[in-house]
Amino acid sequence: MAKATITFEDINVTVTVPAGTRVIEVSEKVGSGITYGCREGDCGTCIMKVTAGWNNLTEPSVLEDKILRENMAGKHNRLACQAQVLGGEISLKPV
Amino acid sequence: MNSVQLESEDGVPLAVALSERVHWVGALDPNLRTFDIILKTANGTSYNAYVIRGSEGVAVIDTVKEGFANDFFARLESVADYSEIKVIVLNHLEPDHTGALPELMKRAPQAQLFISQKAQSMLKGLLKQDELSYTPVVTGDKVSLGDRSLEFLHTPYLHWPDTQCTYAPEEAMLFSGDVFGCHFCDNRLYNDKVGDFRFSFEYYYAHIMRPFKEYVVRALELIEPLPLKLIAPTHGPILRDRPQHYIQRYRQLSSPALHNELKPNQKTLLIFYISSYGNTRRMAEAIYQGAMQIEDVRVSLYDLEGGEVAPFVDLIEEADGLVLGTPTINGDAVKPIWDLLSSLAVVNLKNKLGGVFGSYGWTGEGVRLVEDRLRGLKLRVPIQGLRVKLIPTEDEIHECKAFGLELAQELTGARESRVINFADL
Repeated sequence: MAKATITFEDINVTVTVPAGTRVIEVSEKVGSGITYGCREGDCGTCIMKVTAGWNNLTEPSVLEDKILRENMAGKHNRLACQAQVLGGEISLKPV
Repeated sequence: MNSVQLESEDGVPLAVALSERVHWVGALDPNLRTFDIILKTANGTSYNAYVIRGSEGVAVIDTVKEGFANDFFARLESVADYSEIKVIVLNHLEPDHTGALPELMKRAPQAQLFISQKAQSMLKGLLKQDELSYTPVVTGDKVSLGDRSLEFLHTPYLHWPDTQCTYAPEEAMLFSGDVFGCHFCDNRLYNDKVGDFRFSFEYYYAHIMRPFKEYVVRALELIEPLPLKLIAPTHGPILRDRPQHYIQRYRQLSSPALHNELKPNQKTLLIFYISSYGNTRRMAEAIYQGAMQIEDVRVSLYDLEGGEVAPFVDLIEEADGLVLGTPTINGDAVKPIWDLLSSLAVVNLKNKLGGVFGSYGWTGEGVRLVEDRLRGLKLRVPIQGLRVKLIPTEDEIHECKAFGLELAQELTGARESRVINFADL
């Protein structure tokens, strides 16, 4: 299975994960400051900043785009409960 | 006479003029005793809504709870015709302010709806209509009514994501939504005429606004520079006498009460425990000693049995880290721990460091359950909780000290960078 790494910059932790993993599955376990509300892409609580490897995450869905817009999210922001890892290296942090 | 005329002689509700162009068209609910499950009120509340008239149209700002719509519409009709309504502003979509909205939209179908950016999905959730026409607004957006205008202030999370304030510059009035409001029902309406509502004002802040202090401060940055003659909130007295006084009070309530004796860059770690046979207490003391090895962390140790919940909540609000020690009794953490945790909804815990430990007899679920709760409360829990079966050994006491040290290092950012395999998590 393809491997990838996610680096949580706020706590200086890098996790090796299989492709397809969602950020939410990892960030709470390692204690990153990304926090969650609904956990299903509706509330916008888990907006995070992707600092490197944007293209190593799945494209945001139409629904995720809508929530990002409504929450006035910045250019490099994603929802941690929705973004899935494709491969390669990704760095992110809470907003 | 202190009274304000709210009804005609034959009992028809009337609007109340706040100025030549602005009217109160709200409703009084003197019999309410519990609001939103979480708040008490000893003399009811009011649902304040307002109408502002410009040379080119009328704006309605907020509505009332559904059951009070008749009063609202009667008052509205006493000062405006539905065909004149050009603008409807919703500062907050909670049902006590939007209950009359669907009917108002039917009666004034030409009116344009102005809501905050974050209110859009909520509006759809409330009205259950797919085809809705509205204008989302942010700070700086304006709408003209001819010789009167409205300016919008983006003030989210006071106390819902959608909340905003609306300023009428020509009137120097702020329609503040729930901000500066309180549950206090008095038909004299104005703060200089009603009974003593100070307790209600503070109580409302403590339960509704306190979890969002950082957003209160951001909102005050927008509100403080405004020339103001009057603040018109959606609940309680209309603040026309010294409105700045209430803004200053919000500033005070959003700032720490006592100076915290901290050195620059010093972090604070609170350890709370409760113990039946002294085992969880011994763990707590060892964790305390371990954490104290880091000079840049001010560590405090508290036995939950020796204190009341409310002051502990005050301490936690300002701390950087929170460590809880609980024994497991009958497969659960003990009630004083849950009582503390269930009292934390009034403070912002986001991104504080959390940790859990405890002694147990045979199953030890308490620690994991509290860890999950801390995550649910939006703390980060990076170090797995520590459990000891019955009496801690010397080795286990060392583990506790190491746990405390690690927590303190996590707070200061002194933990080394780590690479972890997902399968090991």
